[in-house]
Amino acid sequence: MTWPIKILQWFDARLKVRESIWPMATHPIPKSAAGPMGWWYIFGSASMTLLMVQIVTGIALALVYVPAADKAYGSLLYLNYEQPLGWFMRALHYYAGSGMMVMVFLHMTQVFLHGSYKYPRELTWVIGVFLLLCTLGMFFTGQVLRWDPDAYWGIAVGGSMAGRVPIIGPQVVDLVLGGAIIGGDTLSRFFTLHVFVIPGALLSLLSVHLWLVLKRGISAAPKPGEKVDPATYDEAYEKEVHKDGVPFLGEAFIKDAFMSALVVVVVVVIAAIVGPKGPSGPPDPTLSGANPRPEWPFLWLFGLLSLSPPAAETFLMLVFPVLLVGVLLLVPFVSNRGERSPSRRPVAVLSVIVLATLFAVLTYQGATSPWSPKMEAWSGDPIPVRIVKDSTPLQMQGSLVFQNKNCRNCHALDGIGGTRGPDLTTIGSRLNSGQLIDQVSNGTPGGGNMPAYGKQVSAFEMAALVEFLVSLRPEGQPPAGFSAKP
Amino acid sequence: MATGESEVSEPTTTPPPGEPIARRTLFQRLFLGATVLIGLAAATVLIIPFVLYLAGPMRKRNAPWISLGPLNKFPKGETRLATFDNPLGTPWDGMTANTGVYVRNVGKDEKGNENFLVFSINCAHLGCPVSWFPQSGLFMCPCHGGVYYENGERASGPPPRGLYHCEWQVNGGNLEVQAPHYPTLQNTLRG
Repeated sequence: MTWPIKILQWFDARLKVRESIWPMATHPIPKSAAGPMGWWYIFGSASMTLLMVQIVTGIALALVYVPAADKAYGSLLYLNYEQPLGWFMRALHYYAGSGMMVMVFLHMTQVFLHGSYKYPRELTWVIGVFLLLCTLGMFFTGQVLRWDPDAYWGIAVGGSMAGRVPIIGPQVVDLVLGGAIIGGDTLSRFFTLHVFVIPGALLSLLSVHLWLVLKRGISAAPKPGEKVDPATYDEAYEKEVHKDGVPFLGEAFIKDAFMSALVVVVVVVIAAIVGPKGPSGPPDPTLSGANPRPEWPFLWLFGLLSLSPPAAETFLMLVFPVLLVGVLLLVPFVSNRGERSPSRRPVAVLSVIVLATLFAVLTYQGATSPWSPKMEAWSGDPIPVRIVKDSTPLQMQGSLVFQNKNCRNCHALDGIGGTRGPDLTTIGSRLNSGQLIDQVSNGTPGGGNMPAYGKQVSAFEMAALVEFLVSLRPEGQPPAGFSAKP
Repeated sequence: MATGESEVSEPTTTPPPGEPIARRTLFQRLFLGATVLIGLAAATVLIIPFVLYLAGPMRKRNAPWISLGPLNKFPKGETRLATFDNPLGTPWDGMTANTGVYVRNVGKDEKGNENFLVFSINCAHLGCPVSWFPQSGLFMCPCHGGVYYENGERASGPPPRGLYHCEWQVNGGNLEVQAPHYPTLQNTLRG
């Protein structure tokens, strides 16, 4: 026996790898999960690989980043511009995290579409839901560590939401902020959550998740008509795995490895090309121009909140997310038997299509946020020359009132300006002078979207403004007539 | 002792135990009981300080008064942004301690005292920073379009109430404001 083998045997006699890890790596899996259908099974391991990248880049960043409110911003700039490859570590940490989020969503969608969560893998799904929450939690707390205005105001919004919890709201706010104001205590606790608490929970849950995958085996590729029946499933699965099964360390592992390597290459390339995200500016809450946006996994909720009526807001903030998680947790208990193939589960397929569409539309809405006023439009977006070219002096004066009174922050002309209110390019053909005076003076009835300008403009300004608004019509179109109603 | 001894040895189903074994069983059980007790004690003395430590942020703090400068910095009928370092945080807050409040001088009351409105910068909807637009006399919020009038009352948009009012006082010719915590709907800056 040669000496390298002797050394290996010495270690194995103590570590017992050959009788513990090796059987795990080579445990038999259904043949179908290793064949062409095995390409559906690659998202879980890709998520895990990106998690490893996150751990490594996270440790690298922690070597330089200072989690103190007065130094964090400076240390981020140092990472971006001074520390060799600091910019790359920050970029990779962000894009690998985003990639992990995407992989987790894909993994979950695949497991849902293939009915893999059904008997006997209900607990694997439940743990998976908590792993999703951990990943989202990492995203949210990570954004806070970017200690810029987005981070600061993101915490402010989170604090205001927490403040709506009935009765104990103020105490919850204190716990979220770690003190009376957003500052050093706040950053320290989000750092603790991001670096110790959530990763600890995530890794613990992940080991249970993997344990379950090993103990209950990976599901075979679904076949239409092959129904799950808890009474007979175990026996049939054992038979399938032990008769026709193949070791995991084979085709299936190579597919996993290929996908993992591919996603790593993709996030590295994106990180190298796009570079680090932020910090967008110093975390000084007295600087104006803050326009906080949540990170992309939360944009849909931001959109949903903004598009819903105020009466539903508190419910959507505090109860709806809990309900959503509750529904996810109940999935394997509501349907834990029967068909697994998506071709026999139209409701499952339809749910995925509807939810994915909702997610995409709300994310788009959240990203563009047409409900937010454009705070600089009144001074930054001049009235298009086309509109004032042949204006009378009074109309010209009205256009000045229109700019000065910040109307442009919410109302666009020729598509330029805020989009919170309607574009007023052709308002003169829709409302007559009386209706315009009423609208401007009183705003939206009941304090809706438009404030009442009655006390904010003088009679002269009103006359000029209305003259200007009435002139805003497509060429050759007459002004709006008077309503037939009394 | 004798009765207790027979009681604890009763559950054993093995042949009638000899005296030394019964004594051993008794001690084993006493030791188990003692372990449970000291275990509970250990858990309690660990958990209580831990919970109190974690609940630290909920403690009541005295909000000191902060000078915003002489009264003539705030002309009558105008709204000004006044900024200061908020002492309610930690010494390492850095620029996050910068706090802004909008001060509006509303003129003298019948007794001849200057009167002010001091608003928190945080929108009552979700806490975003409102901007003051003197041209239109409105506060606007960049997040969801909450709008307030110059007196702080809600004008339009999603906020469920007007701007939060800070406590203020005039002290030796200076306008002072009570250090504001982060205001929320159930924990405003008044009272």
